[in-house]
Amino acid sequence: MKRVFVNEKWCLGCHLCEYNCAFANSGETNMAKALKNVKIRPRIRVEEDGDAITFAVSCRHCSDPICIRSCISGALSRDETGTVCIDHDKCVGCRTCILVCPYGAISEDENGVIQKCELCVKNAAGSPACVAGCPNRAIIFEER
Amino acid sequence: MGINYIYPEFEVVRNDARCIRCRVCERQCSNQVHQYDKDLDLMISDESKCVNCKRCVSLCPTRALKVVKSDCLLRENANWSNDNINEVYKQAGSGGVLLSSMGNPKPFPVYWDKILINASQVTNPSIDPLREPMETKVFLGKKGSDIKHDENGKLITKLPPQLELSMPVMFSAMSYGSISYNAHESLARAATALGICYNTGEGGLHEDFYCYGPNTVVQVASGRFGVFKDYLEAGAAVEIKIGQGAKPGIGGHLPGTKIVGDISRTRMIPEGSDAISPAPHHDIYSIEDLRQLVFSLKEATEYKKPVIVKVAAVHNIAAIASGIARSGADIIAIDGYRGGTGAAPTRIRDNVGIPIELALASVDKRLRDEGIRNDVSLVVGGSIRSSSDVVKAIALGADACYIATAALLALGCHLCRTCHTGLCNWGIATQKPELVKRLNPDIGSERLINLMNAWRHEIKELMGGMGINSIEALRGNRLMLRGVGLNEKELEILGISHAGE
Repeated sequence: MKRVFVNEKWCLGCHLCEYNCAFANSGETNMAKALKNVKIRPRIRVEEDGDAITFAVSCRHCSDPICIRSCISGALSRDETGTVCIDHDKCVGCRTCILVCPYGAISEDENGVIQKCELCVKNAAGSPACVAGCPNRAIIFEER
Repeated sequence: MGINYIYPEFEVVRNDARCIRCRVCERQCSNQVHQYDKDLDLMISDESKCVNCKRCVSLCPTRALKVVKSDCLLRENANWSNDNINEVYKQAGSGGVLLSSMGNPKPFPVYWDKILINASQVTNPSIDPLREPMETKVFLGKKGSDIKHDENGKLITKLPPQLELSMPVMFSAMSYGSISYNAHESLARAATALGICYNTGEGGLHEDFYCYGPNTVVQVASGRFGVFKDYLEAGAAVEIKIGQGAKPGIGGHLPGTKIVGDISRTRMIPEGSDAISPAPHHDIYSIEDLRQLVFSLKEATEYKKPVIVKVAAVHNIAAIASGIARSGADIIAIDGYRGGTGAAPTRIRDNVGIPIELALASVDKRLRDEGIRNDVSLVVGGSIRSSSDVVKAIALGADACYIATAALLALGCHLCRTCHTGLCNWGIATQKPELVKRLNPDIGSERLINLMNAWRHEIKELMGGMGINSIEALRGNRLMLRGVGLNEKELEILGISHAGE
């Protein structure tokens, strides 16, 4: 399956991916309206160690996802393409998946249930907004 | 610190209704114009540091930013312009020579914009380049002027070494040091993919780029940085740089602070030492001396590579070019006064040299008159901005064009003209690793390839319109050009008629 990969060599640490992610998942059509005065909760996060290295991390969509195995309510599942998806109605907010994810790619949303990267398949962007908005092709969406 | 006489040239205008405080502008500005104030929850700007490179404007996700020219001007004066006055203030404060980057921005005439191209109507057919073959390939080098036969009466077809280009455009010299590793890689990869050449400039050739040798012109300039056997053998042609359009008669000075790591190794000079290119080559004080260097380089490369001699367009360019043609050079490159630079004294850049259009026309005519036009190919540069400039240059007599500013624009340059600060926000004219990485050569080379392919299409369209199906048939075909708004003398030098004639 096509996954989001990061090439830290080209990551500028500009954090645009985080804002593009938050906007894509906001349901709004105007970024300023969506993100003005909002503390964003992006599903991709830029890790940085000073100026030494920066790179963005999001769900790896593992082929044997430990988060799905740990989910007590059956809210996490893989769809037919292999994308690890979350059913917000089933999620009980136990946060077990947040604890087990080795990449730290799952977080809590503003309603107390979890959120994670779903490759923008469920939002208006249609394909990963972080990839489309990266100014230096440091984030790519491809089959490997 | 006393009185600050100069009001900032630009204003940073932020539409706060759109600003989402993502701080991309702050992170991306190497001049530290933007800053987030936590207490006020506001982005604040220090426009005195802004160079108007538009990096923040381009990356702002909500288009909340714009940079505009300040309207806080000095009292209007047709003689003492704001620039004149501010330059006096600067020099009165610093006591130093003013430095500038990129090409001459002054409002001198641009002859390309006063020349129009012909097209076929009724009496001769135009050609549709999408339906019929159209040749844009050129060979640069000496062409025999007469036909020779061997003892069996067979035609001798062996030509002196030629530089083969898929289209009549090359990326001109920009040294590794003046531009970044990633900018060089972008140029090298694009030139290879396009079947044209890029030029190392005078900073030597980084060991990683020897693999692009067949599409590389290696330069030998007055500093001789990084010149050795492997370097000369790596390139497809060797260029002796005598002068540069932006600063004729002036050498170069790359400060020691930029001579670090790979740049020091590639230039073969110690880290931290200033790289000073003398104004003249100290072994070339005459055409005879030039001939010695031309043939030294030919000997060193076993007569397998054409030798280019690059000069700036100056007042006696026709006589100089005639001398160069007789020195044994295969190709003459002429750089007009609008050519770019990584750093030049402002007064030199803005006041020395002549327009490339006039230089080209007079050199081509002089070489034809003297019967030595076939002994050399002519390459012209110094602000070739578009495919129509290329077509006009070819019709005026050039074999090919050198482009550099246009190539840098394709890589993201916004012509802010502050290369000499070394803080290029676009990762081009800088050696700071965190800035260099902003130019991903995958993107850079792709954009250069796009630009050249677009120009190639346009060149074919323009040629087709004239009913010409080969670029060689357009060379020196001045009947295809007409001037508008030019005086008799200008038309005479350009060797073209006025529109309507």
